[in-house]
Amino acid sequence: MAKKSVWSDNRFWQRTAAWITGFASVLLIWLTFDTSGQIVMGNDADLQNGVTKRVPGPTVINYKITYEMDAKRKHEVPVIGEKEMFFGKDDWNEEEAAALLHLGKLASQTKNCMNCHTLLGNGAYYAPDLTKAWLDPAWQETGPMQAMTGKSTKEEAMAEFLQNPSKYPTHARMMPNLGITADEAKGLVAFLKHMSSIDTNGFPRNFGKIQGAVNGK
Amino acid sequence: MANSYLTSESKKLATWYFTFAAIIFGAQLLFGLVAAIQYVESSFLFEVLDFSVARMLHINALVVWMVFAMFGSVYWLLPDETGIETVGIGLGKLLFWIFAAAIVVVVLVYLFIQVGPANETSIWFIHEGREYIEAPRWADYGITVVALGFVANLYMTGMKGKQSGVVTVLMADMIAFAGLYLTGMFYTDNITIDQFWWWWVIHLWVEATWEVFVGSIAAYGLITMIGAHRKVVEMWLWIEVTMLFGSGILGIGHHYFWIGTPEYWWEIGALFSALEPLPLVAMFIHVLYDWGKMQGEQDAQGKEMSVITNKPAFTWFVLNAFGNFLGAGIWGFFHTLPQVNLYTHGTQFTSAHGHLAFFGAYATILVGMMYIGVQGKNGIKILNNTTSTIFATSMIVGGVLGMTVALTVAGYSDVIISRAQMGATWEGYFSAQTTTWLLQGMYWRLIMGAVTFIGFLFLVKDLLTIGKAANHVR
Repeated sequence: MAKKSVWSDNRFWQRTAAWITGFASVLLIWLTFDTSGQIVMGNDADLQNGVTKRVPGPTVINYKITYEMDAKRKHEVPVIGEKEMFFGKDDWNEEEAAALLHLGKLASQTKNCMNCHTLLGNGAYYAPDLTKAWLDPAWQETGPMQAMTGKSTKEEAMAEFLQNPSKYPTHARMMPNLGITADEAKGLVAFLKHMSSIDTNGFPRNFGKIQGAVNGK
Repeated sequence: MANSYLTSESKKLATWYFTFAAIIFGAQLLFGLVAAIQYVESSFLFEVLDFSVARMLHINALVVWMVFAMFGSVYWLLPDETGIETVGIGLGKLLFWIFAAAIVVVVLVYLFIQVGPANETSIWFIHEGREYIEAPRWADYGITVVALGFVANLYMTGMKGKQSGVVTVLMADMIAFAGLYLTGMFYTDNITIDQFWWWWVIHLWVEATWEVFVGSIAAYGLITMIGAHRKVVEMWLWIEVTMLFGSGILGIGHHYFWIGTPEYWWEIGALFSALEPLPLVAMFIHVLYDWGKMQGEQDAQGKEMSVITNKPAFTWFVLNAFGNFLGAGIWGFFHTLPQVNLYTHGTQFTSAHGHLAFFGAYATILVGMMYIGVQGKNGIKILNNTTSTIFATSMIVGGVLGMTVALTVAGYSDVIISRAQMGATWEGYFSAQTTTWLLQGMYWRLIMGAVTFIGFLFLVKDLLTIGKAANHVR
């Protein structure tokens, strides 16, 4: 008589399940340590010394951010350029910038942005993705939003819109009034600007590069 | 709970869980309908019950009713699997009421307070604004306590009674399920770190621990409903656990393509998540194979009878086996590779997948468990379908499939125009939203959502009355 095969032995498969699960878990934990190190927020010194961080420090709001094709990586990456005014000043210190970002991130959660918009592509699909909203052509000098809100800078236009969204409808589908205060709006704009500086491996692709006619519109 | 044939307290408690789950299931569908109407007619309840609130209630109700039905399922099968009454049943009942009361409070706050100022108090008492796990911080702690109590009961019962393979898998799985919730309970200003851990809860729940839970429940169902051999079923269960955890744990990488995390997640996420459909194929084959085998054995004895002792429940279990493969497997695989996901990430495509996957993988089998509960409560040996069963099943399945197809069509517009052509800008987004494909897709989704809801009404009617029908073997 042939010996019973291990392949039909429940204990064998139980051990296999335990080993595979353990191995996958250990690998995930190890990768989590590696990733955690890479996604820690940078600081002001990094920005001043031109050290690139996947998630820059809050004082990134003092700089001009663009989204450009990286020849080596073959996709777009955020590029932090020269100083730029943000709500009238370009010398937000580390504490001020961090406080503003903190307020903005809290507002992004308490106002439930994620259940209409996507942030870093995650959330709901009822409103535009906000990952690179700061860089959206609609808010630049050439876009319609500054004129619509009667503001002369992008950040002020965004803040004004956030406080009175249903006053400035762009489509039948409108953003509701969420009781966002002037301070919270400022924080939210800082949060959006900071988010646009995060290295998202080229997502979204071709952001704002292609404009004009689509499907005969 | 009058007129109950149930003698086990654990099973009685299970029926409470099933009942509450069914109510929340209804709420999920209602708020889904509100959100679906808003896609078609955006002024509907504008600044009264906005899309964000309706959608939050829609997806939170989804998570909550499933967790309730899952707890209920475990309390149901424990006496059968361990051969003893569940230990700590008093605690279980107390926790049920705490859990249910907490959910009611959370829902009322969502509905009537909706948003708060940007401070920690809002996070603690209104909601956390993080998709799927919006529950405020106080409720997080409450849920943790309830989950720990549940896991404690499972462990005490499993260790005291007979410890079958099904119970062993559940013990390992449920502690991971409860533990993972903890990784979603902190606040950070760094949105990349925020979303990294957020996926530990969402992904490792629905693409790992919940799937293993489904495997265990399917195993229990096959043994109890068609008399499948435990040895075969449990061997398969261990193989499924191997494949589910082997692919699902590192498959989390497919959520780390674009949130600020390093590039190596492209390869890891692509490879392991591409393997995720494999166990789902295996589960489908397993259910059908065992069914054919048991029926064949019976046929060979010359008996012209079905081997199934609970027709409605078994129908839902088979729908689960196929729906899991189709919704989670196929619709998931569609957009899991980074080359595709770069364009599909955060579009209606995701929504199409979400609907069919949650339904196919979880709703189906949990509805099946509710029918098993009804059978036991009414002391029925063989539970047959009623007209309502047929209406409920076909309308719910047809409705969800219809919604999925509609959203997939809408998704193509969304992907091509708002992502591929216009790069996800404000203008690109609205250009896609106003295409005929997307608009019609949203109309069809609403119609199919309504069909699903009517099917749900039949389901409720059936669950309440099927026990009284005359066509069963008692």
